[in-house]
This record gives sequence, structure tokens and C-alpha cells, in this order.
Amino acid sequence: MDKKILYSITALFDTPDGIIHAAEEVRRAGYKKYDVHTPYPMHGMNDAMDLKDSKLGFITLAAGLLGGAGIFGFVTWVFVKDYPNVIGGKPYFSWPAFVPITFEITVLSAVLVTVGALIAFFFKFPNNSHPLHDTLYMKSVSSDKFGISIQADDPMFDEEKATALLQTLHAQSVQPVYYDEEELTRSWSTFDPKFLLLLAGVAIIVSGATYVTMNILLYLPPFDWMSNQNKFKPQSTTEQYSDLRMMRPSVEGTVARGFMPYPYHGNPDAAGKNLVNPLPASKGVIEIGRTKFLTFCSPCHGNFARGDSRLRGQFPNPPTLHSDKVRNWPDGNIYHVITEGQNIMPSYASQITRDERWAIVHYVRTLQRAFNAKESDQQ
Amino acid sequence: MSTNPVTYQKKELPGSVTSMAATATIAGLILVLLTYWLDHSRGLFNNIIGLSVMASVSVGALFYVALEYLSGAVWSTPFRRVMEFLAASVFGVILLAIPLYMNLHEVFLWTHVDALARDTVLLNKTPYLNVQFFFIRGAVFAGLWLMFYWVLTRNSRKQDATGDQSLTRMNIRFSTAFMPIFAITITFFAIDWMMSLEPHWFSTIFGVYYFSGTVLAALAVATFIIVSLNERGYLVAGLKKDHYYSLGTLLFVFTNFWAYIAFSQFMLIWYANVPEETFWFVSRWRNGWQYVSYALILGRFIVPYFVLLSQPSKMDVRKLKFMGIWIFVAHILDIYWIVMPSFSRSLVLGWQELGFPILITGLIGLIFVFKSKRENLVPIADPKLQRGINFRL
Repeated sequence: MDKKILYSITALFDTPDGIIHAAEEVRRAGYKKYDVHTPYPMHGMNDAMDLKDSKLGFITLAAGLLGGAGIFGFVTWVFVKDYPNVIGGKPYFSWPAFVPITFEITVLSAVLVTVGALIAFFFKFPNNSHPLHDTLYMKSVSSDKFGISIQADDPMFDEEKATALLQTLHAQSVQPVYYDEEELTRSWSTFDPKFLLLLAGVAIIVSGATYVTMNILLYLPPFDWMSNQNKFKPQSTTEQYSDLRMMRPSVEGTVARGFMPYPYHGNPDAAGKNLVNPLPASKGVIEIGRTKFLTFCSPCHGNFARGDSRLRGQFPNPPTLHSDKVRNWPDGNIYHVITEGQNIMPSYASQITRDERWAIVHYVRTLQRAFNAKESDQQ
Repeated sequence: MSTNPVTYQKKELPGSVTSMAATATIAGLILVLLTYWLDHSRGLFNNIIGLSVMASVSVGALFYVALEYLSGAVWSTPFRRVMEFLAASVFGVILLAIPLYMNLHEVFLWTHVDALARDTVLLNKTPYLNVQFFFIRGAVFAGLWLMFYWVLTRNSRKQDATGDQSLTRMNIRFSTAFMPIFAITITFFAIDWMMSLEPHWFSTIFGVYYFSGTVLAALAVATFIIVSLNERGYLVAGLKKDHYYSLGTLLFVFTNFWAYIAFSQFMLIWYANVPEETFWFVSRWRNGWQYVSYALILGRFIVPYFVLLSQPSKMDVRKLKFMGIWIFVAHILDIYWIVMPSFSRSLVLGWQELGFPILITGLIGLIFVFKSKRENLVPIADPKLQRGINFRL
């Protein structure tokens, strides 16, 4: 701790003119390693210290160009490839619409990268152990004084000469600045237990405070008015009815819309006896019957109802409908078979409507008449 | 009384400047008369270009004079006279407007009674677009410009002799009054002479568009003259690159401003895609006019932007002078691009288009020389002069 090493000779000035003059004189004296610290940026200091132009501008330029090109490419990719939408009838690649965002991002990336580069490369932050830290000199130049510091590692540095030079410039105070070898070489470990403990403490405090603030102090019930409405839902319970069911059973004897009872279930004779074809045997009705017959009946009964299935033996063939039995059936019987099925023929009630069934009956009658034409028909 | 210790020795401009300006004026005049003789209406449309560019330089320069008083700027005080001399070109604007006023019918569709009868859109615009009101507006604008030119420069000139500092305060008041008047007159000037060439078309940003070109053109001409004069020691000693840097920065800023306004005007019309607005750009995008459009983007924005982008180039004497001429030419191209597609749907570009630019360059030069013979090139008694010379960034 006692081994103090000289870092620099510092001098403080009261006026901007004084510091610019001092910088000029120090440069003229031939010093290379010296620096000036002022509370605010000073025009003319570049010339006084004979500094070269900063390279920061090139970083800004590169960042701006890269950011602009990047965002232009990204927007192009989004609108042309990833999610192409026609907007206002314009082509996917409508570059004028991309210009404002390109402009904004160019500025943003140039600014952010400039500041970042300034801090990281030019100021060499984080810089935890500079000898000028925690000195009266640094305190003064960061409030109201203008300071210059000639470093001891300058090749032509001589403590007395440097002090004398600064004193001849009418500096307000000339002070040497020392530093500890140990202080400079100390290494800082990220996994220092104290540091980790601090991080953990910060995490606990922050998350605890956040929890209390957000979930207790500022708590608002979640917005659920869409799902929780003041009404009863199907399948839910209610105290209002004795059976506790929200859904009410329908009144006895209720039928669905368009429902028509079929009273001849399992009773083909009664159907044949009582039912009468309600449709006229007009050309239009027979045409409907033909369409439905060809769709639903012909696969088994054959295109002309001769029992010659179109299924080539994959299913048992039904008998022909041109038999005397069927020809002598009343219309109601045929209707009943289509409605209820017979033997292995299933019911077609769900596929074919009532009227269509009666139309099919007409068509079957037409086929029967055609295959067993009377003499009078041929005349 | 003035206590300025500034030493200024008035030097006469060399005779070569006078003879060059006179030659340009005469050559331009011959070309203009030839154009008028061969193709009367082409001459008139070119006359509008000449009128608008002349107005840009003169009224724009007056804007900078007023701006300096109003903002209390000191850096531009040592060469404010250059702006004042340029503003004197406002007499040329009136001169150039005379042939147009005599031939309004040949240029403006809205003066045609038969066209109005067939066109309800134009008929509805007649309360503004009619010959009487057009004359009144022109007279009022010219009167206002002349009045403010006369007041501002007269006070400045008087201060040279008397050193009375209250004249500066007086000019600040006049500048305050001039600013809104400038904004309104320059907007309606642009609407009257350029936008109404296509009376169906409208763009609410058009006045700002012309304003951005105007301030840029006036500054470009002034920059060229200031740098040239200072190089040869006609201005007061002590003007450094800090002053040049400010000029270069302003040029750069207004170049960006122009691009911003120009693109805003284009993009909104392009986006909305309404036929009554888009046809103006469509006619500038085909039949050869597209090359003028490309040249405008390149010459008015891209080249000045990259030339003036870096810090050293903003104080480079050679680049500043070059950009001064370049931007002035680009402004002429800009006005040409606005005006001429109304004359012909397909590209027209020939020696006929050279007459007026040469003529107005010569006229501005002659008026400048004339003024510089009678007045100091530096406002020697201005209270801000010494601070202006000492100006450091």
C-alpha cells in the first residue's frame, strides 16, 4: 500500500482560454502523453492539442448504412416472401412504402452504435481502476475547473520540468497524482461470492417489490366479461329447477320441424292399402324420380330395375322389379320398402325425402310399363 | 455610435465580373428572344422557369436576411450584405413577370372561358383562379417583397453611415412581420405560377416544396459568392472555416429537407393512388421525362448529400463553391421538371431551355455588381459584426 507510483502532474485552470493556452504550450513543449479534462466539450481543443480527426464518423456511417440496408432487406423479406399481402392493389415489393422505416432505422442504428462505440472503444468503459479516479483533480474538472494532466510515462517526462512548465502557465494549482500498483493490477472476478450475493439480493428485492406492487397494491381483476356473462349455459346446474338442470327437457309430444310421423312401421300391407301417391305422374316428377333412382337404387337394382346389379356380384342381387308380384303391388308397398327396407335392403328414409320417394315410385312404374307394354301402348 | 474596431477596406469588384455578367445577360437575352420568335409558347413556359428561379434567389435571400435578424445569429453577419445584394434581384422578378402577364392565355388553361364551361372542376376553382385576382395577387406579392427589401436593406445601409444600433432592433421588428408574409407569399406564388399550370392537380405540400428549393437555391448562390469573395479578400478579414462549416451544414440540412419534402409529396400521392393526383407524377414518369426525374433525384439529393456528408467537406472551399453552382443548377432543373411537362407530354430539352438560366445568372450578377459599387460588402457598423468575425463553433 505504501508503494505509491507517480502517474501524472495535473494542473487546474479557471477559464477555457487558460486551458486552451495550456494545451497549446504543453504540445509545443513536445509532450505526447497528456490529456485535458473539461466539464463540457470545448471547441478549438482539437486544434490546441493537434488531435487527428476522430474515426467515430466512419463507425456512424457504417452503422447507418448497415442498419438501413438491413431493415430494407427485412421489410422486403416480410412483404415479399414471408407474408405477402396485396395492399392497395400495389405490388408486393412497393419500395416507396419501405423508405420511411428505412430512414428511421438508419438514424436509430447510427445513433445507438455511435454512442455504444464511443463508450466501449473510445472511452474504454468499463474502466474501474484509472489512477485519476477518486482524486481532487477529477472532482474539480467534473464541476467547474479545466484540467490538464501530463503523464509520467511520456518519454520526455521530468517531474520538476513538467511542474515548472505548468506553473509558468499560471495554473491555479499543480498537483502530482499517485497510484498503487496493487490497485491497478487488482482483478475483478465475476464469481466473487460477495458480487453473487449482491445480485441475488437485488433479484429477491426487485421480484418481491414487483410482486407486491403488481399483484397486491395495484391488483385489478382480470378482464373476463366475455366468458363470465350473466346468463345460464348449457350443461350447467341451477338452483332454479328442482332437477338442478339448466337445460330443460322438451314438452312431451314435441316433434322436430318438418317431422311427419309414419304410422305403418313394420306393416307393409296397411301401407299398401292406405297410402296413395300424392304426386302427379308428370314429366318433371318422373325426371326427379329417374335421377334419384339412378343415384340410390340402380347400384343394386340395375339401371332398368331388372335386378342386374351394377356391382358385378360384390353384393347379393335383388330380384327384378318387373315381376308380377311387384307390378301388382300398390304404390304404398313400394313406398314402404324404400322407407323401411326389406330383407337385406336398408332403409333409405334418411337419404331420400318423402316426395323423392314418391317420385321414385312413379319412375319404377314407368319402367315397369315400358318393359311390359300393352298392345295399346304400342299403337 | 459604433465602437466596432473592425477594419474594412472597400475593394471594387474586378471589371471582369461586370463584363462576364453583361455578356451572360446579352447572350441570354438573345437566346430568349430567339426562343420567343421561333416557338412563342415554349418561350413563355421557359419564362416561368426563369421567373421562379429568380424569385427563389431573391426572395430566398431576403428570407435569410430576415432570419438572421430574427434568430439573432452572429456568424452570418459579416456576409449579410451578399444576401442583401442577392435580394435586390427582386426587381428582376418583376421584369420577368411582364411578358407572362401579357400572355396568360397562352400558358394557363384556367384562363380559357370555353374550357371552364365544359369543366365543373375548373369552374369551381374560378373564385381563386381568375385573371383579375391573379393580377391582384401578383401585384400584392411584388409590392410586399419590394417593401420589405427596401426597408430591411435601407436600414442596414443607413447603419453603415450612422452606426445607429437601434436600426438593428427596428429590422428585427420588420423581420418578424416579414416571416409570415414570406411564408404565405412564397406558397401562393408557387401555387399561382407552377401548380396552376395543371389546374386540376393539387398538392397541399407544394408550397413547402417550392420553399425548400427556394432557400436551398438562394443559399447555394450566396455560398458560392461568399466563398469566392472571401478567398480574394473582398470581405472583412478573419472569416474562418467555422463560417464555412456553418454554410456547408445549412446547405446539407436544406438538401435533406428538400429530399424529405419531395419524397413526402411523392409518397402520399403514390400511396393514396387517386387518379386526380397521380397523373401529375405519371406524366413525369414517361415519354422521356423519367430521365429528368432520375437526374433530379441524383442531382438534387444524392450527389449533394454524399459530397457534403463528411465534416471536412463542409468546410472545403473547393467543394463549397462547386456545390453552390451545382445546387443552383439542380434548382433550375427542379423548376424545369415542374413546369415543362405541362408544355409537352414528351421530353423537350434544347438550347431554348438555356436562354433563361443564362439570362437570370447574368441579371443576378449585374445587379450584384451594381449594388456592390454603391455599398460596402460588409455591414461595417452592425453591432453583431465583431462577434460574427470571432464566431467559433
